[in-house]
Amino acid sequence: MRYILTIIAATLAGLGARWYMLRRDYRQYPSYPQGWAIHLFLGFIGGLLGAIIVPAFLEEEYAAISFLLLAASQFREVRNMERSTLQAMEATELVKRGTAYIEGIARVFEARNYLAIWVSLSVAIVSESLVMLGWLRLPFSILVGSLIAMGLNHVMHGKLVGDIATITLAEIQFDKSMLVVEDLRIMNVGLEDAQNVYLERGLAGSISPKDPNSKGTLANLGQMQAIAHDVSSMVGIYMDVGEQEFTPIVRRNPDTGTLYLVMIPSEQDENAFLAAIRRVPVLEGAIRKPLTSVAGKMMD
Amino acid sequence: MRILAIITLGRDKVASGVPIFYAKDQEEQDNLCLLLSRILGAAVHDLQNGVKVIVKH
Repeated sequence: MRYILTIIAATLAGLGARWYMLRRDYRQYPSYPQGWAIHLFLGFIGGLLGAIIVPAFLEEEYAAISFLLLAASQFREVRNMERSTLQAMEATELVKRGTAYIEGIARVFEARNYLAIWVSLSVAIVSESLVMLGWLRLPFSILVGSLIAMGLNHVMHGKLVGDIATITLAEIQFDKSMLVVEDLRIMNVGLEDAQNVYLERGLAGSISPKDPNSKGTLANLGQMQAIAHDVSSMVGIYMDVGEQEFTPIVRRNPDTGTLYLVMIPSEQDENAFLAAIRRVPVLEGAIRKPLTSVAGKMMD
Repeated sequence: MRILAIITLGRDKVASGVPIFYAKDQEEQDNLCLLLSRILGAAVHDLQNGVKVIVKH
């Protein structure tokens, strides 16, 4: 029972870290209490694993450490679980998330369990190194745990579309049946009623990349679909099942690399629309950095 | 992507292949397009020569 204080403190720190990171997931799962229960429990297991490693090491129980590391590899399953859940739900979405976005979310959920393990491990290390302080080591452990949780969270926080591109409002026009935004022909809308809906209620946003790296990133089809999905989930969408002509569409101008998002939001609030585009996360799997290559530098 | 139906004003503009609906004027064509697009859950595209197609994306 020598280590009981360390184990309890570190496990709770791991659980707390997982809970702290879960609070930021509102956009991916707007209402998902069962998901919370699943991930908090996984965070608890992760915290316990991280907590037990230190006493096992001090007792020179290396076989136990090997088993603990083996147990940690089971968190890979989290990614598969999230992927299959989101893929199963994809059929119920009016605007699809797309496979790239689903992969990104699944990866984040797996990674956050490892972060919880790091936090509990660090708390356990601090607690055991200050063992001579008795109960007084608790505040130090909590402080270190919180700092590491906040630091890791900050490091893991990806960029937003607003960071890599300039977002402005663009005008929707029609050339006969072709919907045109800033001279780029976006799509063919055959019904005159649908054209009028676009002219009266539709909004178009232009997303121009700030540098060649951003241009490469925004050219990813998964990123384009993620923009359409996220903006529609943030500002709402004016469409029903089967009304394909009102599906939000993202098209790319091959000359400039600028993306155009055309959609009909449920309310015509231009500022909310632009803010929603800026808040879309840049998918980790979409990031390209052509400027780090020799050929890319030669072209810049 | 698949063409599900064609709605045309001119009989000489289309051959067979998918169901073809002949409309006598623009108004009837628009109405047919609206009905068919909602029935089939597909989008209407205008080929700008009096022919409109219903396409499932």
